[in-house]
Amino acid sequence: MNGAHDLGGMMGFGRIGAEPDEPWFHAPWERRAFGLTLAMGFTGTWNIDMTRHARESLPPMEYLASSYYEVWIRGLEKLVVQSGLVSADELAAGNALSEPAPVKRVLKADKVAEALARGGPANRPAQRHARFAVGERVATRNMHPTGHTRLPRYARDKEGVVERVHGVYVFPDTNAHREEENPQWLYTVRFSGRELWGEEADPTLVVSVDAWESYLEPA
Amino acid sequence: MNRHQHDQDHDHHDHSHLSDIELRVRALESILVEKGYVDPAAIDALVETYETKVGPRNGAKVIAKAWVDPQFRTWLGRDATAAIASLGFRGRQGEHMVAVENTPDEHNMVVCTLCSCYPWSVLGLPPVWYKSAPYRSRAVIDPRGVLAEFGVTLPETTRIRVWDSTAEVRYLVLPMRPEGTEDWDEEGLAALVTRDSMIGTGLPTKPDEVVR
Repeated sequence: MNGAHDLGGMMGFGRIGAEPDEPWFHAPWERRAFGLTLAMGFTGTWNIDMTRHARESLPPMEYLASSYYEVWIRGLEKLVVQSGLVSADELAAGNALSEPAPVKRVLKADKVAEALARGGPANRPAQRHARFAVGERVATRNMHPTGHTRLPRYARDKEGVVERVHGVYVFPDTNAHREEENPQWLYTVRFSGRELWGEEADPTLVVSVDAWESYLEPA
Repeated sequence: MNRHQHDQDHDHHDHSHLSDIELRVRALESILVEKGYVDPAAIDALVETYETKVGPRNGAKVIAKAWVDPQFRTWLGRDATAAIASLGFRGRQGEHMVAVENTPDEHNMVVCTLCSCYPWSVLGLPPVWYKSAPYRSRAVIDPRGVLAEFGVTLPETTRIRVWDSTAEVRYLVLPMRPEGTEDWDEEGLAALVTRDSMIGTGLPTKPDEVVR
């Protein structure tokens, strides 16, 4: 969806304002928001693409006005309600009002290191040959899906060159909506700054995105 | 942390001082714990891991090794996931690694315009600026302006290569080894590798900027 999260090329947000010696978390609640989100992820009730979509489909004004971990918490609230683990009444009340729903697993403290080391690989076995090869010219589709996508607006309907072929990866556009993993070939496609931003662009600029095969057509 | 926040940290029992978001997080955690979906000790362990065990010192070891060991450097270029795992850094948000090498002709910079994708296994959790709108919006259209804010000016002829992490591939910049470090060992070199030099918004510390 064309949400507020799709920020590439927008203007007016001001200085970057890097903080020297920045702490990992800026308040105790951020620690809990972080740990809670990861721990709930390990229950296996949703996948990483659903998590991203929950955050990115927040109303634009809310997304932009919220701090990073606020966005995480608003996303998590959505996910627990949508998946039936918590009711809206329970969220409002601040405590449990009904029996728990079954979850696939609960992460215990002594399994944290193992679970993090395992991670969540997103590559899958190839079932067919890659359509494009390194060096081939491709065009990104002009697409504006109302659901989840990982093709940023600035890189749609642009011509570029395949720079890397990564393998076959879970397709977020369907995985975010529980419509199967639908794995596809994934490519790094690079574009000149001028292709993306016009004649005024920095002539030395090259930008790439990682694009799934169905985002691309031969150029 | 300002004094107001500091007071709140030591005031766990008086909810009247808590902000809306603090109340929300607390309510959510208590519901999820009460329902048995999460173990609060696992949350502690997750937080502790990313506050004390995982961070940019991991990535600095990778870079320093690549600077002194040509075979490792080749492996890093060919299969960064495996090369990095050989040093013990693997797993979450580092499952699919690619290392991109700076040269005198090309400077690499990494961003996630859509969210906050970042190589946790080698850099730890991303700083706030990396996840925020100013960096995410500008990195792909005005990288030289971004670099200037970080105090980095590159020759006008240097290509700027920006990697937008739109999938599960995570990028680690391999910066150029600073001049004047020919006789330095791996540990000394690792101390020169800054977090920002591995994102591409900075350069390694120069040898004359550190006390050996």
